[in-house]
Amino acid sequence: MNSQNILVKLNNAGFRQNGKWLVEGVSLNVEKGKIVTLIGPNGSGKSTTAKIALGIYKNIEGSVEKYTNKVGYVPQKISIDWTLPLRVNDFMVLTENIKDDDINDALSLTGVMHLKNKNLGNLSGGEFQRVLLARAISKKPELLVLDEPVQGVDYAGEIALYELIKKISDTLNCGILLISHDLHTVMTATDHVVCLNGHVCCSGSPIDVAKNNEYKTLFGEQASQILSVYEHKHDHEHSHEGEIKKN
Amino acid sequence: MFDDFFIRALVAGIGIALVTGPLGCFVVWRRLSYFGDTLAHSALLGVTMAYSFDLNIALSVFLISSVIALILIQLQKKTNLPGDALLGLLAHSSLAVGLVVIGFLTFIRFDIMGLLFGDILAVNTNDILTIWSGGAIILIVLKLIWKPLFASTVNYELAEAEGLNPDRAKAIFTILMAAVIAISIKMVGLLLITGMLIIPAAMARNISDSPHKMVLFSVIGGLLSVILGLFSSLEFNTSSGPSIIVAALILFILSLLNIKQSIKLKN
Repeated sequence: MNSQNILVKLNNAGFRQNGKWLVEGVSLNVEKGKIVTLIGPNGSGKSTTAKIALGIYKNIEGSVEKYTNKVGYVPQKISIDWTLPLRVNDFMVLTENIKDDDINDALSLTGVMHLKNKNLGNLSGGEFQRVLLARAISKKPELLVLDEPVQGVDYAGEIALYELIKKISDTLNCGILLISHDLHTVMTATDHVVCLNGHVCCSGSPIDVAKNNEYKTLFGEQASQILSVYEHKHDHEHSHEGEIKKN
Repeated sequence: MFDDFFIRALVAGIGIALVTGPLGCFVVWRRLSYFGDTLAHSALLGVTMAYSFDLNIALSVFLISSVIALILIQLQKKTNLPGDALLGLLAHSSLAVGLVVIGFLTFIRFDIMGLLFGDILAVNTNDILTIWSGGAIILIVLKLIWKPLFASTVNYELAEAEGLNPDRAKAIFTILMAAVIAISIKMVGLLLITGMLIIPAAMARNISDSPHKMVLFSVIGGLLSVILGLFSSLEFNTSSGPSIIVAALILFILSLLNIKQSIKLKN
């Protein structure tokens, strides 16, 4: 592991709120050009871990070392107050002034160029999600933190956006910390998986995690089957190329 | 009709409107109208301090308002009382303490009405200097913290995650609020300053689809309120502060009645 490539490093990090641990003992690295995915059931501390990595939570246990300031963040929940008149275009330059060409590129990539002058409050959930993603990537960040970035997006869009995320990680060579419920995506697009349940219950390559017994207990047999399918596909990648490429 | 005092009031009022316009937008966006009220109420205490210790009024009001803001932040951290209860506590107790202190200062004659509602005749050249130089500093600082302040108004976590330091911006904004109250108290009066912050911004919200437009319309609305209010106060012999606020209210009602019409009115 080349330490120069590390963008953010969590050492035994945890966060406690009102005397209750939201997550504890998380150690992970996000490196340039790699996608690290957090999986786990509801309330397992995925978003908390992301917020620790981003430095949103201040009084944490353990430590977090961040080696970049060029960060793009797609939060899981975002409540925008409609006392603000805000168009998509205004939202795109919220944290950084971005050239108009770059704004257009990002909006086109996520398929919402036509919404540029619309009021943010009039967007549907899926449209808003695409705008959030466009905003995060238009900054050309070194570190992208995506907390369920495709929630509410239609099925076809979901696949396209995950392909986009994978492409961004390659073209920008940025590190991505992804939170996703979609195990298919996790297993195909991810370099490293961290399975959380209040603590790290297992981590490693997607296949390693899939074989882990704790993982099977958490996600059930069905999840293991999904994974074994993928394992199978990987085994036979050369003979059934067309079908697999779709992932 | 154009007496000297009137020109002075006009120049002072325009200076105030230029500052309250952009600041007022943030007051509306961040839901700080009651906070502004609290700082304004505490200004009375600031004025009495100025008389007691022979200080500059604007400076004294600024210091007291800043202290009240700091106390509020501490109380929020240390008690379980809701924010509005704390604001009410501070607003009325600082107003009451101010009034009690006035009672002790028997050697000075106070124009209480002037303090509460502003006094057009009280504006002198020094006040204009205070308003315009203080106002310029406030606007420059607001411009400097615009990005983090606005981003954290939209979403705190996004601003924090992407390295904008929203806490610092918020603290600086609190000081700016104290400063704008300090420079405008003589003109508008402590009961009506918040109106000057909120009403033009609220009017602007009705006719804007972007933050920058809202700031622009808020400034224009504030300027029109000052000009219309002062002319009518001269015409009808009403006090200046309330007249300005009534003018702002009329503009707000127009923005409700017919959006297009009120845009025309402004251009």
